[in-house]
Amino acid sequence: MNFYIVSLIKAAVVAGALLTTLAYLQWIERKVLAHVQLRLGPYRVGPHGLLQPLADVIKLLTKEDLYPPYVSGFLYFFAPFLAIALSLSAIAVIPFGPEITVFGIRTHMQLTDLDVGLLYILAISSLGVYAVALAGWASNNKYSLLGGLRASAQMISYELPMALALAAPLLLLNTLSLRGMVDGQAGYYLGILPRWSIFQGPWPQIFGFVLFLIAGFAETNRLPFDLPEAESELVAGFHTEYSSMKFAAFFMAEYCNMITLTSVAALLFLGGWHPLFPAAYGSDYVAPLLFAGGAVMCFYHGLNPARRRDRYTLPVFGVVFLAVAAALLFPPLKPVLIPLFWFAAKVLGLLFVFIWVRGTLPRFRYDQLMRFAWGVLFPVAMLNLLVTGVLVALF
Amino acid sequence: MDVILFLLFAAIAVACGVNLVVQKHPIASALSLVGVMGSLAVLYLLLGAEFIAAAQVIVYAGAIMVLFLFVIMLLNAGGEPKTPGKSRMAGLLGIPLMAVLLGLLSYLVQRALPKPAGVTFGAFTGGKPYDVGKAIFTEYMLPFEITSVLILIAILGAIVLARKEID
Amino acid sequence: MTMTSVPLSWYLILSAVLFTLGVAGFLFRRNIITVFMSIELMLNAVNLSFVAFSYQWRQVDGHVYTFFVMVVAAAEAAVGLAIILTVFKNRATLQIDDVDSMKN
Repeated sequence: MNFYIVSLIKAAVVAGALLTTLAYLQWIERKVLAHVQLRLGPYRVGPHGLLQPLADVIKLLTKEDLYPPYVSGFLYFFAPFLAIALSLSAIAVIPFGPEITVFGIRTHMQLTDLDVGLLYILAISSLGVYAVALAGWASNNKYSLLGGLRASAQMISYELPMALALAAPLLLLNTLSLRGMVDGQAGYYLGILPRWSIFQGPWPQIFGFVLFLIAGFAETNRLPFDLPEAESELVAGFHTEYSSMKFAAFFMAEYCNMITLTSVAALLFLGGWHPLFPAAYGSDYVAPLLFAGGAVMCFYHGLNPARRRDRYTLPVFGVVFLAVAAALLFPPLKPVLIPLFWFAAKVLGLLFVFIWVRGTLPRFRYDQLMRFAWGVLFPVAMLNLLVTGVLVALF
Repeated sequence: MDVILFLLFAAIAVACGVNLVVQKHPIASALSLVGVMGSLAVLYLLLGAEFIAAAQVIVYAGAIMVLFLFVIMLLNAGGEPKTPGKSRMAGLLGIPLMAVLLGLLSYLVQRALPKPAGVTFGAFTGGKPYDVGKAIFTEYMLPFEITSVLILIAILGAIVLARKEID
Repeated sequence: MTMTSVPLSWYLILSAVLFTLGVAGFLFRRNIITVFMSIELMLNAVNLSFVAFSYQWRQVDGHVYTFFVMVVAAAEAAVGLAIILTVFKNRATLQIDDVDSMKN
């Protein structure tokens, strides 16, 4: 019985945190893109547009749910549901931190630890293409159909280099359980260089990491590979005919897939929740210092406000940051929050790269996309796997 | 719990299988086949075949069926026209006869097996990736290599067949 | 046998039912793609038997066979769908009855 209660609580916490993150990821994306393009981004709803996600949710919920007369009924409703269900269920095996003790109960910061965790994620993500393809087909619209076709061909093609890129660190870590992988990357070379896969001998997986990220852009339909929804060619691609919550489901699924993908990258290549340098050199104090620095900045700008209302909003943020910094130093919370901080920092850093690339790179042409997958990515991933295999066998 | 899970997913598999055969449109048939494969993957898990369950979803549902879906969407293959000239007798007799055949088959399978053969979830855990990999790369090395050559041939064949005519 | 265990024969019966459905689809349908999918259904049904036998003998061999069947099915799908594409390009039809120029 205890097991069920703990699992339920964990599921509720993860679901709540995940949905909030999904909503705020969109805010972050709009803000970062805006700053890349020298704009301000959302600024009206709440201080610095912080309540914008809430406004968006209300807008999406209350908008009219259009049902075009020419769509094929069941599949049209089924596709967005499938998209969101699959992308959310992939989170179940992602570990966020080590084993912890809360109120005397020892538990993992993970919903469930599968022996075949990575295979599970691959399986779920390989099913994700159905949602996009079916949405494109069921919409009975040539742009949607083209989007769905592009998506299915693109996702099959990029799944191969992605799986090959994932296979290489597996040779070093010798397990398929995501928790086991993180444990295999603990420790430091010479007491300072972390044993993450991208640094680990005999063949550092830095190439595998880059390959995985590139294939990940295509798997999540992000720029520069967002051909299935290329707005300048296909209106909105596979989700042209969708509105209101069904549109929001596709949107959330895309962000959720991004989070899963970056989490897998962080777990496999960047050592999960292991810090960049040992605790002996003070890695535990990085997080409090960062938040304290943020608080100081907020206070400084609150005292010299650019606009009148900053005088009141910024100090509030400063106090919040200070509270977080204090919580990170508070001994009972430390073993929970410090690993979580490192994991979140890696995931957020990778998500920032995703947004950064979107703001920087132009879209590929479709034949270039295919040639790149089969002509460049696939051979390089193969070579990487081969070299890793040979070196692991030799040493 | 085992019985409930088995019956549930067996029912889904059979329903999807029937749907595959009777549906007019290839897309609906393809989706039913995905349903069959998904429920079979769950049954594999019940039988302790973790790796095969994952491979079933990744290879069958995630790659092969997506390829089917792609081709159906690409060719925009509609439903098939009613073929005339089928006798009604065949339709009337066919379904009961098939039921009889299945009944006989089930009876024979029941009889042929020793009684105490029961499947309990978790009783057999030899289907982990480690065990399957070990078997493939030691005992079944030669078949594995031959299969890899077969795949190479298939790739070449597919490329030659699907290539555009070069004038 | 307790209530918590499923008789192995049920798995084999399910496999037989699915295989029969595959045969029925193969015989009755006229669309090349649906016929092809019926073949895949038969392969899946056989795989279920393999895994069930593997459970019965507590050996991993059945899993290995299933793995090989999957690989062969993938190769078959690639070539088969390429053939279907070529047929459609040349004849603009997917009905197997219409592809009969070798007849008579």
